[in-house]
Amino acid sequence: MRYAETGYYLEVDLSTGNIERVESDPQMTEEYLGGLGTNAKLMWDRVPPDTDAFSPDNLLIFSSGLLCSTPAPSANRTILTSISPQNSLFGFSMMGGYWSPELKYAGYDKVIVRGKSPDWVYIWINNDKVEIRDARHLQGKSTYETAEAIRSELKEPRAQVISIGLAGENRVYFASVETHRGSSSRLGLGAVMGDKKLKAIAVRGTKDINIAKPAEFLEECNKVLDYIQYRLNNPIPGVPPILAYIGSPQEMALHDEQWHLDSFAWGHARERRKGFWNKEVEKQWADAMETYKKRLISCYNCPVRCAGIVEVPGYPTYILKCFTKLTYVMAAEVDDLDFGFQILSKAQHYGVDGFTAPQVMAFAIELYENGILTDSDMPGFPKDKKERFHWLLDRIVRREGIGEVLADGVYWAARKIGKGAEAFDHNTIRKHEQVPIKLGLLNPIYYILWSTGEKANITQIEGQIPQMPMEKHIREEFVKDWIQIPTGKEERFKQFILEWGEEGKNFPFWPPPDLIAELVEWQETMHYIDDSFGLCAGVSSFPIKPPYHIHNLPLFMAYGTGIDMDEEKLWNAALRIRNLIRCYNITRGLKREDEKPPQDHWKKRFPEYEQKLMDEYYKYRGWDLRGVPTKETLQKLNLDYVYEDFVKRGIHKEE
Amino acid sequence: MKRKVKIIKIDLDKCMGCRACEVACAAFHSNPKYASVNPARSRIQVFRNELKNVFVPVKGSFYTAAECAGRPLYMIGEKMQSGYEYGESVCSFCGAACPSRDLFKEPDSGLPLKCDMCETEPPLDEPMCVKWCLVDALIYEEREEEVEEEVKMEELDMGVQAMVDKYGLEKVLDTVARMTQKEKE
Repeated sequence: MRYAETGYYLEVDLSTGNIERVESDPQMTEEYLGGLGTNAKLMWDRVPPDTDAFSPDNLLIFSSGLLCSTPAPSANRTILTSISPQNSLFGFSMMGGYWSPELKYAGYDKVIVRGKSPDWVYIWINNDKVEIRDARHLQGKSTYETAEAIRSELKEPRAQVISIGLAGENRVYFASVETHRGSSSRLGLGAVMGDKKLKAIAVRGTKDINIAKPAEFLEECNKVLDYIQYRLNNPIPGVPPILAYIGSPQEMALHDEQWHLDSFAWGHARERRKGFWNKEVEKQWADAMETYKKRLISCYNCPVRCAGIVEVPGYPTYILKCFTKLTYVMAAEVDDLDFGFQILSKAQHYGVDGFTAPQVMAFAIELYENGILTDSDMPGFPKDKKERFHWLLDRIVRREGIGEVLADGVYWAARKIGKGAEAFDHNTIRKHEQVPIKLGLLNPIYYILWSTGEKANITQIEGQIPQMPMEKHIREEFVKDWIQIPTGKEERFKQFILEWGEEGKNFPFWPPPDLIAELVEWQETMHYIDDSFGLCAGVSSFPIKPPYHIHNLPLFMAYGTGIDMDEEKLWNAALRIRNLIRCYNITRGLKREDEKPPQDHWKKRFPEYEQKLMDEYYKYRGWDLRGVPTKETLQKLNLDYVYEDFVKRGIHKEE
Repeated sequence: MKRKVKIIKIDLDKCMGCRACEVACAAFHSNPKYASVNPARSRIQVFRNELKNVFVPVKGSFYTAAECAGRPLYMIGEKMQSGYEYGESVCSFCGAACPSRDLFKEPDSGLPLKCDMCETEPPLDEPMCVKWCLVDALIYEEREEEVEEEVKMEELDMGVQAMVDKYGLEKVLDTVARMTQKEKE
């Protein structure tokens, strides 16, 4: 018997209509955990590097995580993996909600979709009964409408549904896959789903998930619940409220938005509006939120309540969380939150990425105002800032007119439009739009995180440490109960917090490169574990002092699966996954030159110092100066097959 | 005679449908304890309709015939004023005779599932669903109540009575006869 996982994948070939239930290899769980880790291995094994995102040979994997469906609180993430249409690299994107627990109760750890359907279909998984069903009548329906229509026609209100909207149908490069309580947004995997003409996957499951060491496992769960309660009642002192709690930043609960509004850039990631946030704005915005937010809700088996049900008159209801509350408002340079809530209804029903879509639209407006796009490119383009955003969004998701060009995102649109538009592509990394942050002085830790993050999304690799030096008088207190630090690093990391901000102990030339590398590795590694376990980063890798950490995570795996696991083994498994994804991207053409933040991310840059930092970081990770994991690194991580492949491809020379 | 009455109250404003109660219930009632999880076996089920902002935990009692003749629509508490309706059998956790009992069936055997307030030795401070509901939508109360003495039906009698109520005596007898036959073979 398999524990914590079902031990089965559901393989669906949409070209032939073939459906198979395939037993997975238990050895893979030990080495690659589950979720993102086993997805990466499947992609390496089955999708060769020359495969195009829109090829029928591209897989689209919908995976649960190893701990999903166990009692482990907040283990509910669905991890999608495929080739990204936007940058042609390994694309992975996650969402919370209720879908992946339901999938495991139906008896599957993953749904692996390949091929392309000739016409619109959806997959209905009801325990052992799996059908590919006609979805032609659902074409054009929104993400939420699709889910409701499917539940209603199946007469199964408990079915959990993930779906795409118009954006996915029309292969918009930043289309999301949505479930009522979450969005898998980054890197355009909704477009891959649309390309396969797969409108939705509905699942209902009523089977057991077994736990290897039940009493021990439950005890760990109870400890985590206690700590969640403790952290909800005890925000971290001395950091902005938005970073003081757990969960994805509690933007549906808190009204204080100074952190984002003053320090992030407005428009197309252009200007910071320091001082925008004042008492009057705070009151208006608080009123808007309290009017439209009906209730705070959580994902499956989680008490943290990061999301809000939003009802805006004249717009369909939707569910919102985190920074997306602000992305449209800031990109459109509109001062009222009502607009944000309105356009978000549309955006979530269309199914677009809330980080990328506003950036693309702000980019188009910039081009228009600079005469690069004209009225002949955009006939009838409104004058009002709010109307402009609605106008652009409606066209992008339909690929109509200028929307056809913009639907490929800033990088490709700039090159297609030409006439100097490339110069306005100033906020992408590896062709992918980034959170709009433009700061003054280089932050060496974030320099490495932004540059090398394989997810191309800072929020999904950062965490654990405060973003600024703490005030002197609270540092001692902060490090006292900082139990989350990996074994052996306690002194170093505590010392870092204690010294940071002292004379000569400031960015950019401090901390030393080896400490930077260690801090980056810690932050990133915790995310790779979460994404493999299906744990929400909001209670684990993202916040400061999270309930899940490197000391209890191995226990969850050991007690859950019965597989022998400890801190070192788990850490190495996460490194294995991280290196495998990197190697996969290297076979797809990822180069050191691609690993850089947008040029204007910081006003003050230090090219030589940055190069040195990167050299040192590569060295620390066991990568050569090209950023390629060395033979020793690969062999140490049991990635010999990758080394052999690299020799065959000429990436490494045989020794 | 005095009897200890254990009740779980719900606060519909606080429930947000996370189903932690279902997880805790299913895990507690698995055998051995916590050895498996399957919310379909939970004796508490949350009706959730996120877009309509409706979240209602319902508990399982023994199956009885519907007292209310299976009304198709149930209004929920204060939501009546704001006009919310929910098109399924939803009750207010009363545990009385109600067609929603159809929901509480063992997925394998089809036998009814009933909330037992997590009776166990040593006793828990509160039922698992309440313990795991960190948002306090479920509230546990104990109180002493004066009750008339009654002849208690044995557990088996009650179970069989429930089956008889549901399927009719004849069908139950037929089934028992068929099972006996099979046993002999």
